Amino acid sequence: MSANTDVKTYTGFRFMTILCLVILYAPLAVVTVYSFNASSSITVWEGMSLRWYVDVFVGPESAKFKQAAFNSFSIAIIAASLATAIATAAATAIVRGGRYKLRVPSLGLITLPIMVPEIVLAVSTLIFFNSIGFTRGYLTILVAHTAFCIPFAYLPIQARMQGIEDTYEHAAMDLYATKAKAFRRILLPLMMPGIISGFLLAFIVSLDDFIITNFVKGAGIETLPTAIFGSVKQGLKPNIMAISTMLLGLSVVMVTISHFVSKWDNTK
Amino acid sequence: MLDHVEIAVDVRSAVKRYGEFTALKKISLSIQDNEFFTLLGPSGCGKTTLLRMIAGFEDVTKGEIMLFGNKIETLPPHKRPVNTVFQNYALFPHMSVLDNVGFGLEMLGKSVPEARKRAAEMLELVQLSQFAQRKPAQLSGGQQQRVALARALAPSPKVLLLDEPLSALDMKLRKAMQIELKHIQRETGITFIFVTHDQEEALTMSDRIAVMSAGELQQLGAPREIYEHPRNMFVADFIGDTNLLEVSVDKIVEGRAYCQLGGNHTLTCNAVDDVGVGAKVHLSVRPERLILSEQATEAESLKGTVVENIFIGTDITTIVNLDDGPQFTVRTSNSDRGTKRLIAPGSPAFVNMETGAARLLVD
Amino acid sequence: MAGVAASGGSVAADTYAKARHWLLAPSWLVLGFFVFAPVCVMLIYSFLTKEFRGGVIWEFSFAAYDQFFFDRGLFGDAEPTLQWTYISVFWRSIWQAGLATILSLLIGFPTAYFIATRPEGSRAFWVFLVTIPYWVNLLIRTVSMKFLLRDEGPLNELLINIGLINDPLHIIYTNLAVQLGLFYSYLPFMVLPIYASIERYNFTMSEAAADLYATKWTALRRIILPAVKPGVIAGCILVFVPSLGAFLAPDLLGGAKNFMIGSLIEEQFKGNAGNWPFGAAASMVLLTMVVVILLIFARQQRRAEAQS
Repeated sequence: MSANTDVKTYTGFRFMTILCLVILYAPLAVVTVYSFNASSSITVWEGMSLRWYVDVFVGPESAKFKQAAFNSFSIAIIAASLATAIATAAATAIVRGGRYKLRVPSLGLITLPIMVPEIVLAVSTLIFFNSIGFTRGYLTILVAHTAFCIPFAYLPIQARMQGIEDTYEHAAMDLYATKAKAFRRILLPLMMPGIISGFLLAFIVSLDDFIITNFVKGAGIETLPTAIFGSVKQGLKPNIMAISTMLLGLSVVMVTISHFVSKWDNTK
Repeated sequence: MLDHVEIAVDVRSAVKRYGEFTALKKISLSIQDNEFFTLLGPSGCGKTTLLRMIAGFEDVTKGEIMLFGNKIETLPPHKRPVNTVFQNYALFPHMSVLDNVGFGLEMLGKSVPEARKRAAEMLELVQLSQFAQRKPAQLSGGQQQRVALARALAPSPKVLLLDEPLSALDMKLRKAMQIELKHIQRETGITFIFVTHDQEEALTMSDRIAVMSAGELQQLGAPREIYEHPRNMFVADFIGDTNLLEVSVDKIVEGRAYCQLGGNHTLTCNAVDDVGVGAKVHLSVRPERLILSEQATEAESLKGTVVENIFIGTDITTIVNLDDGPQFTVRTSNSDRGTKRLIAPGSPAFVNMETGAARLLVD
Repeated sequence: MAGVAASGGSVAADTYAKARHWLLAPSWLVLGFFVFAPVCVMLIYSFLTKEFRGGVIWEFSFAAYDQFFFDRGLFGDAEPTLQWTYISVFWRSIWQAGLATILSLLIGFPTAYFIATRPEGSRAFWVFLVTIPYWVNLLIRTVSMKFLLRDEGPLNELLINIGLINDPLHIIYTNLAVQLGLFYSYLPFMVLPIYASIERYNFTMSEAAADLYATKWTALRRIILPAVKPGVIAGCILVFVPSLGAFLAPDLLGGAKNFMIGSLIEEQFKGNAGNWPFGAAASMVLLTMVVVILLIFARQQRRAEAQS
C-alpha cells in the first residue's frame, strides 16, 4: 500500500516506537555489558572478564548475598504457591458462584493490594505487625508477600476462567460427574495455563518487592532487593551489576515461559 | 398405536420463573418411550429451558418431571440417567476423543480400560474410530458433532436430549446428519428429545412435535397433522409458508363455514368448534395447495391479476392480487412447467383451492 | 493497578454457588487480616501521639495532621499558619508524577498505535518486547538508569565521544532523572491499555474520515483519539497513581531537592528519629488522594461504558 492511500500509518510513530524500545532496553544493556568489565572501577572499561560473577559467589560479600538469595527465593516460592491456591479458590467463587451480594466487595478486597499505593501498604503492614506485637523477620515478610501477591495471581486466573464456558462442567455433570469431579477433571485442567501465569506473576512480584519487604523485614534479615539497595546506597559496585544481570536473565526466562504458557493451549 | 405405551418423560404442570420473568407457563406433556420427540419454536420460546430442566441444569419453579415413573426434578444432573448433546457440543478440549466418549462410563464407576473399550465401540458406531487419539479441536464440525453424540450415547441413557445439535453445521451436512440421527434413534431404541427452531428439521425427523411459543405449548402432534391442521395462527405461520387471510364467517351450513374475504370474494372451508357465525378470524391456505388457471374452473374460483412470478429452483411462486381483495401466494412445482403455462404478470388469473386446503384458525 | 478494569465478568455461571463462601474464605481471611485491617490500624495510628523512640503512645491526638498542614512556630504556641514544607512535597510529587505521565503518554501512544497496526501475527511479539522490562526487578531497572545517567556514565561518554557535547550533561539528581525513572518504571502500564483500545478500533472509520476530506492528523484528533479515550485515561491513571507514591526512582535518581511523598513517609519509620503517627497521617493523605482519583476514574469508565 502506498503512503498516500494508507490511512492507518502515521509518519514518526515508527520512530517513537524505536525510541521507546531504546529507552527501555539501553539501561539494561549497559549494565549487562559493564557487569563483564574486568576493572574494579565502574567507569573505565578494561576488557571482558567474569571476575565480578566469581566475586558474587566467593567474594567477601558472598555469604550475605547467598543468604539473601535463599530468603528471596524461598519466600517467593511459598508466597506465590499460597497466593495461587487462594486466588484459584476465589476466582472459582467469583466466576462460577452466580450473583450474590458479597461478590463485588470480594472482588474489591482481592484487588485492594494493587489499588493501595505500595508505600501505604508497607506502612500499614509495619504498623499492624507492631500493634499486634509480631516480631519482624522471615515470617512477617512471608505473610505480607502472600497477601499482596494474591491479586497478581488472581487476575490471569480469572481471565482464563471467564473464557471457559460453563457448558463444559454441565456436560461433565450430565455424564455423571459430581461437582468436585467436574472441577478436578474438567475445569482445573482447562484453567491450568491461567494458574501457571498467575503463579509466575506472583513469583516475580514477590521476588521484586523492595518497599514492603524493607518495612516488614526487621533487622538482620535481607532479601536480594534489600541487600542490593543497601549496597547501592554505599555506591555502585561492579558485583551489584553482576547480580543484577543474573536476576535480569532470570526475569527474561520467566517472562518468556509466561508468554508461551499464555499462548499454550492444552486443547490442541 | 399400542394400547400400552410406556411414558419416558412426563412433564406435569411445569413452571419456570426467573424473578419476574416467566419462561415456562405451566407446561404439561408426555413423551413416549422409543419416540423421536421434538420441541420446536422460535428462540426464547422456552424450549431449551424445558430441555435443561429435564437434564437438571435448571430448577423447576413449580410442577413435576417424571422419568419412567420416577420423580427427578430435584435430582442433580449427575444422578439423572439422561444425557445431553449440547448445542456447541461442549467436548472437553483437553481430552482425546476416546477419553471424551469414555468419560461418562468412567464417572459411573467403570474402570478406565473398560470405559475405553466401550468408547471405542461407540466411535465405531459413528465411524470415527481412526480419530480416537485426536483432540476435539482437530476435528471438523460434523465430526465433533458425531463425537458429542457418541459421548452422550456411551453410558446408554434412558433418554437422550439434543439441544439444537445441528445448528452449527452447514446445510448439506445438516441434511445428512438429520437422516443419520433418525437412523441411530431407530437402531438404539432410545427416546430422543430434540430441540430446534428449524421447522423443516423438525418435520423431517420427528415422530411427534411440540410447537412452543412464549413459554406455552401451542400444539402437539405428528408432523403431518401439525403442518396440515395447524391449530392456531402461530403454528400456521411458524410451520411452512402459508397464506394467512383475515375473514369473517357469514354462515355455517352442514359443517361448512362460508367466509367473506373482502372484495366480495367468498370461500368455504370446514367449520371448527371454537369459531361461530360472525366471528372475525384468520384462515390459512398453504401455497402449494392452490391451483392457478386462466379460466374459472369452479364456482369458488377467485378472480385476480398476476403480479409477479418468482423462480425459486424446485418451485415457482406466483403472487396474485384478487380484485379489490387480499393477496395470494401460489406455488407450483417446477416439474409441471411442461403441462402448465406460466401466466404473465398483468394478466388475469383465477385462484382455485383443493378441498380441505383452507383451515380456520383459533387466534 | 491492573485490577482497576477487573469486573469478574457479568455472566452468572453458578456451578459452584453452594461452595462460594468456603472458596472465598481464605482470601477474606488473608486479605482482611493482612491488608484491610492494617489500613484501618494505620488510620487509628495517625490519630495517636508519637513516642520518641519510634512507635506510639495510645493517646488520641490531631498532632500528626496538625503538623502536616500547620506551622505553630518553634515552641508550638504561635498562631497556626499553613505549613508549606509537607504540602510542597506532595505538590512536587503530583507535579513529577504528572510530567512522568505526560512523557509516558507522548512516547507510549505512538508505540501502542504502531503495535496495534502491525500484522496480527506479530503484535504479540511487539507487546512482549515492551513488557519484558516490566518483569525485570524495579530496583535493578532504577539502578541501571542511575548507572546510565551518571555524569561519568555511558550516556555522557557516548555524547562526548560523538562530539555532541563537550561537558557531561548533568541529569542525575535532577527532576528530569526522576521523571525518566518513573517513566521507565511504569511505561508498560501506559502502552498496554492504549494498545488494547486501538486494537478494538475500527479502522474503517479512519477511511470514512479520509473519504470525507479529513487529513490524517485531523482524523487522529477528531476520530481515533475520542474512540480510544478510555484506554488513554486508563493508561494515564495506571502511570500516575504508582508514580505518586513511588520510592525507588526519587530516592535513587533524585537529590535532596527532589524529595517525594514516598521518601517523606519512609523517613518517619527509619530508626528512632521517626514519627509514626506523622508517617501514618501522610500515608492517609496519599491514600485519600489515590482513592479520589480512582473513584473519578471508575465513574468516567462507567459513563464511557454506558455510552457505548
